[in-house]
Amino acid sequence: MSIGEDSKKTPLYDLHVELGAKMVPFGGYHMPLNYPLGVLGEHKHTRVEAGLFDVSHMGQVRISGEDADSALEMLVPADIKGLRLNNLRYTVFTNVSGGVLDDLIVTRREKHLDLVVNASRQEVDLCHLKEQLSPSCTVKRMCDHALIALQGPSAATVLARHIPKVEKLRFMSSITLDSGAMSGISVSRSGYTGEDGFEISLPSVNAEAMWTALLSEPEVTAVGLAARDSLRLEAGLCLYGHELNEGTTPVEANLSWTMGKRRRIEGGFIGDTTILAQLKEGPGRVLVGIRPLDRAPAREGAEIHDDNGDPIGLVTSGGYGPSVGGPIAMGYVETKNSAVQTSFALKVRERWLAAKVVELPFVPHRYCK
Amino acid sequence: MSQIKHTKEHEWIDVDDDIGTVGITDYAQEQLGDVVYVELPEVGAIIEQGAVAAVVESVKAASEVYAPVSGEVVEVNSGLEDNPALVNESAMNDGWFIKVRVIEATQLDGLLDSVAYQKLVDDAD
Repeated sequence: MSIGEDSKKTPLYDLHVELGAKMVPFGGYHMPLNYPLGVLGEHKHTRVEAGLFDVSHMGQVRISGEDADSALEMLVPADIKGLRLNNLRYTVFTNVSGGVLDDLIVTRREKHLDLVVNASRQEVDLCHLKEQLSPSCTVKRMCDHALIALQGPSAATVLARHIPKVEKLRFMSSITLDSGAMSGISVSRSGYTGEDGFEISLPSVNAEAMWTALLSEPEVTAVGLAARDSLRLEAGLCLYGHELNEGTTPVEANLSWTMGKRRRIEGGFIGDTTILAQLKEGPGRVLVGIRPLDRAPAREGAEIHDDNGDPIGLVTSGGYGPSVGGPIAMGYVETKNSAVQTSFALKVRERWLAAKVVELPFVPHRYCK
Repeated sequence: MSQIKHTKEHEWIDVDDDIGTVGITDYAQEQLGDVVYVELPEVGAIIEQGAVAAVVESVKAASEVYAPVSGEVVEVNSGLEDNPALVNESAMNDGWFIKVRVIEATQLDGLLDSVAYQKLVDDAD
């Protein structure tokens, strides 16, 4: 991963700078951490109205080939063959030990499968895809495409002013516009904030115009990476490099729901032995939601101890939840200590914070299902 | 008569007789962003110059606040408990962190005056 001087710019870089964003290296790109409104304001605005996010750093990959869906099923535990046209599915690339190489979204288009992967993992993913899928499929990175997310309860009203068709979309479905100035733009009803919203994939040359048009709507404010992270944490969603890594299985990460019924029976994906065994017997450790009882947040890496003082896990993401109004965290603990209301102690800077297990998400999802 | 001194790490100390009020600078609060929690030391604690005196948590990260001089903590700003945003709203006044009884007044001579500190900030930008 390249950072600092070598970082790449998204097609919206100049607009972020113009808006006064604090730019930081992230996943190999110069990205806006926050705008002058600040992370609290950006977060809350997204929950109340709508936030606009540049997520062009994420990898957009197109897989074509006669049996692309069967081929991809070797790499992910989701049901891809059963994925209907213009529908999206969240899944993970697994490794031989059942760990997660990356998490991704797969969309079925008429002639190919479109993938969105994490910025920091796209090189790993591309190598993996090419190695596993060639020569029967072609794997192409959509370098000339930007990705913009509009999230929040006003997102549908706002986007419909520009693209009326989007109002009829349901959560995890997509349309590709094929006429006029919007030709080549794909809009999905999806996102990673827990709110209703859309992700717009479009040719980079159209990105500035789309961004500017949406940002000029009265309900919309620009939102940076910092609020994106607090929004996804409140929504209880996994972030690669934190909740997910090559040593963590999707079963441990509470992602068993992403596996298709057929796939759970048949297997046939990398790491299936471990994962299917874990599904049957239950994992030894599991991801939980954690509420520190006082006001101090616990950050990633904080040790989790049980009531006897024995270490039982680590915090993987933690901070302040602006909509929760207090500290929140996620972390892995031994399964026997994972029941809701179980009390813990978190070690933060040589101090102990009392905490308990809570249901995820911290803030209810408001998807348009 | 009091004079405000600054550290290169963006703390300020305003000494009146032998009591110094300590906080972080306006530049520092701006860099941190929205402050959501401040961890303060116990009254009575002795803190060495340069040691961690407090921890300030923004939405994104935790940052340490270092003691500009050695001293005994005589008061902490309890207002920050209910309203940590005071640090953002009034870093140089109501958002102060602690008051210390200065042990070695000569340590103050090594700190930056307002002009020198402003130059440091300007150079950083």
